[in-house]
Amino acid sequence: MLYLPPDAENKQEKSAVNWPERFQELAKTAKHPALKRYYEVGIASADTSIDNVPMVAVDFETTGMNPDKHGIISIAVVPMTLSRIDMSKAQQWVVKPRRLLTEESVTIHGITHSEIEQAPDLAEIIDPLLNAVAGKVWVVHYNGIERPFLQGAFEERLNETIHFPVIDTMEIEARFHRQKRSLWDKLTGKKPVSIRLADSRERYNLPFYAPHDAMTDALACGELLQAQVAHHFAAETAIGDIWLP
Amino acid sequence: MEAEHVEILNFLRKYSPFNELPEEELQIAAKNTSVAYFKADTQILEFNQHIDALHVVRSGSVETYHKDGSLFNRLDEGGFFGEAGLLRKGRVRFPVKTIEDTLLYYIPGDLFNRFYDEYDAFADAVEVEEQRRVSHAVKEHESRNRTLSARVETLITREPIAINKTASIREAACLMTDEKVSSLLIYDDEKRDIPAGIITDKDLRKRVLAVDKDASDPVADIMSENLVFVQHNNRVFEAFLTMLRTNLHHLPVLRQSKVTGVIALSDVARHESQSSLYIVSSIFKQTSIEELSQLVPDVHKSFVRMVEEDANSRIIGSAMATIGRSFKQRLLELAEEKYGPPPVPYCFLALGSMARDEQTVVTDQDNAMVLDDSFDPKLHDEYFLNIAQFVSDGLNACGYTYCTGDIMATNRNWRQPLSKWKQYFTDWIENPSPEKLLHSSIFFDLDGVSGEMRFAKELNQLIRKKAPKHKRFLGSMARNALNRTPPLGFFKDFVMEKDGKHRDSINTKRRGTGPVADLIRVHALAISAQRQNSFARLEEIIDANILPKGRGPDLRDALELISMVRIRHQALALEAGESPDNNVAPEDLSDFERKNLKDAFQILSNAQKYLRYKYSGG
Repeated sequence: MLYLPPDAENKQEKSAVNWPERFQELAKTAKHPALKRYYEVGIASADTSIDNVPMVAVDFETTGMNPDKHGIISIAVVPMTLSRIDMSKAQQWVVKPRRLLTEESVTIHGITHSEIEQAPDLAEIIDPLLNAVAGKVWVVHYNGIERPFLQGAFEERLNETIHFPVIDTMEIEARFHRQKRSLWDKLTGKKPVSIRLADSRERYNLPFYAPHDAMTDALACGELLQAQVAHHFAAETAIGDIWLP
Repeated sequence: MEAEHVEILNFLRKYSPFNELPEEELQIAAKNTSVAYFKADTQILEFNQHIDALHVVRSGSVETYHKDGSLFNRLDEGGFFGEAGLLRKGRVRFPVKTIEDTLLYYIPGDLFNRFYDEYDAFADAVEVEEQRRVSHAVKEHESRNRTLSARVETLITREPIAINKTASIREAACLMTDEKVSSLLIYDDEKRDIPAGIITDKDLRKRVLAVDKDASDPVADIMSENLVFVQHNNRVFEAFLTMLRTNLHHLPVLRQSKVTGVIALSDVARHESQSSLYIVSSIFKQTSIEELSQLVPDVHKSFVRMVEEDANSRIIGSAMATIGRSFKQRLLELAEEKYGPPPVPYCFLALGSMARDEQTVVTDQDNAMVLDDSFDPKLHDEYFLNIAQFVSDGLNACGYTYCTGDIMATNRNWRQPLSKWKQYFTDWIENPSPEKLLHSSIFFDLDGVSGEMRFAKELNQLIRKKAPKHKRFLGSMARNALNRTPPLGFFKDFVMEKDGKHRDSINTKRRGTGPVADLIRVHALAISAQRQNSFARLEEIIDANILPKGRGPDLRDALELISMVRIRHQALALEAGESPDNNVAPEDLSDFERKNLKDAFQILSNAQKYLRYKYSGG
C-alpha cells in the first residue's frame, strides 16, 4: 500500500449486503471453477462476533494507484483471527503485471526486474490465492487498492469479477480520529490526525515496520486491526459493525 | 517465492537467546512466529494455564508475578517469558499481565524446545536469563526481610524498662539484672511522658565502679540527660547513623510522644554493614589532615562492600554522606585546635548531595559558613577564612575535590552572617529569574554539619515558609531543572557526552541522578517538604498528592535504578584499580541494565514534562 490520493476512489457498496446469501448466488453464477469453489466455502454473516471470524490480512504492491492503468506486482496473504496472526501460514507471490512497470515502483518495493520477468502471470496463481483466502474476511489498510485491483485483474483475465467483504483499518481509524476534528481545530488550522498505516500503528504502541514489503505491510495491517478492536470494540462485536458497509 | 518475514527476522536477530542461533534456524523461527496484540492491563497468562509457545515482547511491556501476586519481573522489548513452563510441564509458573499496550511474538514451544536441546549457546542464554531473574527475585525477597531498611519499631521486642529518678543506683542495677537489659529509662514523677534520662551498663562501670561512687546514691546522679530519640517509623539504618553521629549506643524510640522501647547498637549493628561504623570512629581518632587522608582507601573499601552486600542507594548514599560529614566535623575540630576557639558562633553547612544524604565516592565539596550576626569582618574574618581554608584543603586531601563552581566557605560570598544569608534566600525566592538561580539551586539542599545548628534550621524554615508562595520562584527553579535532560536516544544512536574524554559514554549524574534530584527539589519546595533526601522528599510529595497517580513510585524506582547503575560502576572501577567517575559506557551495561535504564530515563523525561506543565504555566 503506497500512496493515498486525495480523491481516493471508494468502490464500497452503498447498502448493507447479506454476504452469505450473496456468496451462495455468486457460487451459482461463477464460471471459473476456482472462483466457484471460493464462493461455495462461504463467508461469515454480519452478526457473527469478530472473535469467531477467520480473517486474512492482505497487501498488494502495485505499479501505481489506478486499477485501470496499473498492475499488481506482489501479493501477501496472512491468515489471522482476532487473537492470533499466524505467520507460518502466510503466503506471498510475485506476479508479472501486464501493464508498464516504472523504475520508481521497482526501487520502492525492492523487487528486481529479473524477479518480475521470471514471475508468473496472476492467472497462474488464482487457485492458490483463492484457496488462501477462502472462507476468510479480508483485512486491508485503505480499501482502494486490493479489492479494486483484484477485481480488475479478474475481469481482464477471466472475464468475470470477484466480490467479497473487506475490513478497512484506515476507515476504522477515520471513524475514531477524523470526526474529532472540531470547528475550532479547523479554524485554528490544526492538522487532522494522520490515518496512514505507520502513523495509526504508533497510536497503539505498535512497533515501526519498514514499509513497502507486501508481507510486512499485511502483518502490520493485521496487528493494527487487533489493536483497534482491543481499544475501540469488544471481542463480541458483530463483524457487520466493523467491515465496510 | 519463498516468503521472508523480514521484520520478525531482524527483530529476533537482535536479542538473546535468538542471537545465538545460526541464520537458517533464525529463518525458521521467524517463519513460524505468530503475533498478538494486548491492551495495557490485560492478563496474558494465568497460573498453571497450558502454554505452547515462548512469548517475546515486541513492543510495550509486561509484568510477571508470583503465585501470591507479588511482582517477579518486568519485561519490555526483547524480553521473553513462558520458558519455565515450556521446559517443565507445559504449565505457566508465573502469571503475566501487560502494563502497556503490548505486541507479542510467539515462538512455537516444540521449536523452542528443539533449539534448547540442539544449541548449547541458546540453552545457556535462556538459563542465564532465568537465573538472573530468580536471583533478582530472591534478592528482592531478602532485602524486604532485612532489617536495614525495616522500620525501627520492628526491632523492639519488649516494653521499655524504667525506674523513678529517686531510686538508688543499686536498685537500678538490680532491676537491669533481673530484666536482663543493658539500659534503663529514668522517669521524673512530675513529667511522666518523656523520660528524664537514661543509664546504661557503661554508666554503671564508668560513673559508679570506676569512681567508687556510693551505690545508694540516687540514680539521677549518673543518668544521661538530653536524650536523643528516634521515631518509631525511622528506618533502622537511620537509627544506626544517628548512633554513629551522636556516639550514643542506646536510643529510646518515640511513637506519638511516648517511648515505646529502647534500641541498642547491638540490635542494629547485627544487621548493618559495619564497615562504615569503623570508618566513622577512626575518622575521629586521626590527628592531622595527612592521617585523615590515609583513610581514603578504607572509605572506598567500605563503599565496595556495601555494593557487594546489595545495600540500596539510599543506604549507601546516606552512609557515604555520614562519612563525609564526619570528615568535615573532625577537620573543624582540628582547625579549631590550630586557630583557637571561634570569636563568634558559626555554623558550618553541607550543601547539595551531602545535605541530601546522597553521596557516592565521586563528589566535590560544596560548603558554606553561616556566622553569628555579631560578626565583624575586620575583627573576625581572618579567623573564619583560616578555618574555611583548613577544612577545604583537608577535604581535598581526603578525596572531596574543590568545588569548581567555588561554592565553598573559602569564597567570601558564602561566608556571611545569618542576616545576610536570609537576604540571599529572600532575594532568590522573591526576585527570581532562571539565570539568577542557575547556580544557587544547590543552596536549597542545606544541612548544618557543626556549630550553631539552629542557623541552618532557621534558613531551612525561611525557605519552607516562602518558597511555596512564590510561583515565579518555583517556575524559575522548574525551568532550570529542565536544563539537563535524560539521554533518551542513548539506546538507539548513543548520545555521547561532549567533553571529548568520555565520548562513548553517558554521564549518569549529569543526565540521570542530577536531573531527578532537581525536579524532586522543585516539588518539595512547592509543598514545604520537611526532609532533604530525594527519596524522603518523594514520600512527602506522594503523600501530598501533587503528582498524577503512580508517577511518584515510578520516579522513586527510576532514581533507585539510575543511582545503583552509577554506584555499581564506581564500585567496579574501584575494584579494577581505576579511578571511579560518573560515566558509564554502553558496552559496560548488562542487557538488563540497558533495558531498565531506558525505562528509567523515559520516566524521568515524562516527569520533566509534567514539571514544565505544572510550574512553568504550560
